[in-house]
Amino acid sequence: MTVVRDRVTTRIASPPMRRRFSPLLIIVIGAAIVVALTYALPPFRTYQLATVGAYLCVTAGLTVLTGLNGQLSLGHGALMATGAYTLALWQNKFNLLAVGIVVAILVTTAVGAVIGLAAARLRGPYLAGLTLAVAVVVPSITSTFDETFNSDQGLSVILNPPPESMTVEQWQAWVCWGGALITVLALALLTRGRFGRDMRAVRDDETAARLAGISIARTQVAAFVVSAACAGLAGALFAVIAQSVSPGAFPLTLSLFLLMAIVIGGLGRLSGALIGAVLLVALPAVAHEIGEAAGSQRLEGNLALTFFGVVLVVVMLAAPGGLASLRIPRRWQFRTKKH
Amino acid sequence: MDRFLFLTFDGLSRGAVYAAFALALVLIWRATRIVNFAQGAMAVATAYVAYSVADATGSYWLGFVVALVAGLLLGAGVERVVMRFVDHSSPLNGVVVALGLVLIIQGVLGMIYGNEFRPAPAPFSRDAFEIGGVALLSRYDLFVFAAVGAVVVLLTLLFTRTPTGLRMRAAAFAPDVSRLLGVPVGGMLTLGWALAAAVGSLAGMLVIPTELGLHPTAMDIVFISAFTAAVLGGLDSPIGSVLGGLLVGLLLSYISGYLGATVAPMAVLALLVVVLLSRPDGLFSRSKARTA
Repeated sequence: MTVVRDRVTTRIASPPMRRRFSPLLIIVIGAAIVVALTYALPPFRTYQLATVGAYLCVTAGLTVLTGLNGQLSLGHGALMATGAYTLALWQNKFNLLAVGIVVAILVTTAVGAVIGLAAARLRGPYLAGLTLAVAVVVPSITSTFDETFNSDQGLSVILNPPPESMTVEQWQAWVCWGGALITVLALALLTRGRFGRDMRAVRDDETAARLAGISIARTQVAAFVVSAACAGLAGALFAVIAQSVSPGAFPLTLSLFLLMAIVIGGLGRLSGALIGAVLLVALPAVAHEIGEAAGSQRLEGNLALTFFGVVLVVVMLAAPGGLASLRIPRRWQFRTKKH
Repeated sequence: MDRFLFLTFDGLSRGAVYAAFALALVLIWRATRIVNFAQGAMAVATAYVAYSVADATGSYWLGFVVALVAGLLLGAGVERVVMRFVDHSSPLNGVVVALGLVLIIQGVLGMIYGNEFRPAPAPFSRDAFEIGGVALLSRYDLFVFAAVGAVVVLLTLLFTRTPTGLRMRAAAFAPDVSRLLGVPVGGMLTLGWALAAAVGSLAGMLVIPTELGLHPTAMDIVFISAFTAAVLGGLDSPIGSVLGGLLVGLLLSYISGYLGATVAPMAVLALLVVVLLSRPDGLFSRSKARTA
């Protein structure tokens, strides 16, 4: 009986695509808005815009994994570190940015596949514990192989100067949002099709999904790999923005921030990923200003930390069904893409 | 051979701490089916309080007692205020809320004490004294063994020999029936959380002087090791978690000693992966399948 009901809700939850806008159109509009903003905003705001774009890559991938497929990952900060370090090593050797980003994505995808293979056999707290271990341990690898990764100091990233007609910030924003929009487009198309249906079916009821002929493990690993690729891209973009990589940039709290972003933004929605990405940039900025106004250095970073924690707990307690109810919104919409 | 012996005792001392910490995780897991991911942060918070008291009064032992009491209060508070209202329909919810607590605690600690390492002196000398020409144990190691041993014995007595322990076990295993029989299930859960947090605080007080010192994230890697220990022993088995803790401690000690300290975190990760993939129910688990 429950199986039947779950199947029904799954079907209701994903109606035939009644789309008013094609995702491509949204992307084109989004790109136009970003380009316009890069000319309208002052340099620092443009830099923040670029950061939002980089965050959007990873939150979009993560919301697909957690919201659509029901796997919780605390390891995406570590996956971002993988992408960032790969790009840094590549750039310092070959200095070909476009190829470097692709290589970073590929390497992170491979790492994600390894974690995903293990993750597909784990549930709930076991999966959370394993990915938490990944998030805590991976930054320490930089000290183990300090000849390659230069320990805590990290590596600087060699980049060619941007074209003369644009500022560094504009160029960063274009690169990051180029990556972000392609990611969102790819995820939107991917989750609309059979793969998206499979993921939702696995999340809602594994037994029913298996009866319907869906391979649980394959779907889960595929979801993890896709979101890992997104994290790798985000990590590479962060390396481009910061022009350096260090283990301190990818602490455990980064992974927790990402989790908070997708939970608050609304699990499983790409529009939620955008809201989350904006929050990830906006809240620390607000906390920074408050800290400066109060003249307290200690306040700056920690205020944002506390605030994120409070929001995360309150959202989880206030949404009566918690993740379970949040993860089945009335309609699955992947067309929303607004600014 | 001398080195091997030294590493063995060092590993057992470390393992005793992991065992206590894993025991705290298992206590909460058995009672509520939640892995308390905030355990490390909670322990650090009480350790900060303890060292503040110790600095103010000049007495380590007063601080030590304050840490345990603060652990009891913090555990009970977290259960009463937050965890009680977590919806259990998805196992992810408890995890996410606990991680939110981690952020809150680390943020508040950073705001009050700052994000630099603060010294955390040990109450006893950590220099090993020699037995037959071989440096084996320090006074501090003996203190660790005694403290953890006492906790294990006391908890065993509590759960097997007292009516309160019986009620706690009943509330954990059959909450509805227990409630019908007049057991205050909510109160038992609060007590369980309080006890677990106090044990976690003890583990924190024992391990922090042996590491770099006080820091809001000081227990992150300890938490991972203890989680590995708990999984190794089976999340449902208190005895398993103690044995798992000792095993993990030994393993990490050998690996740090022979391969270098920086390899140890990766070894924990590797061990966790191997255990989760080969024996996810743990080496000593009695339950036939994990449910969550």
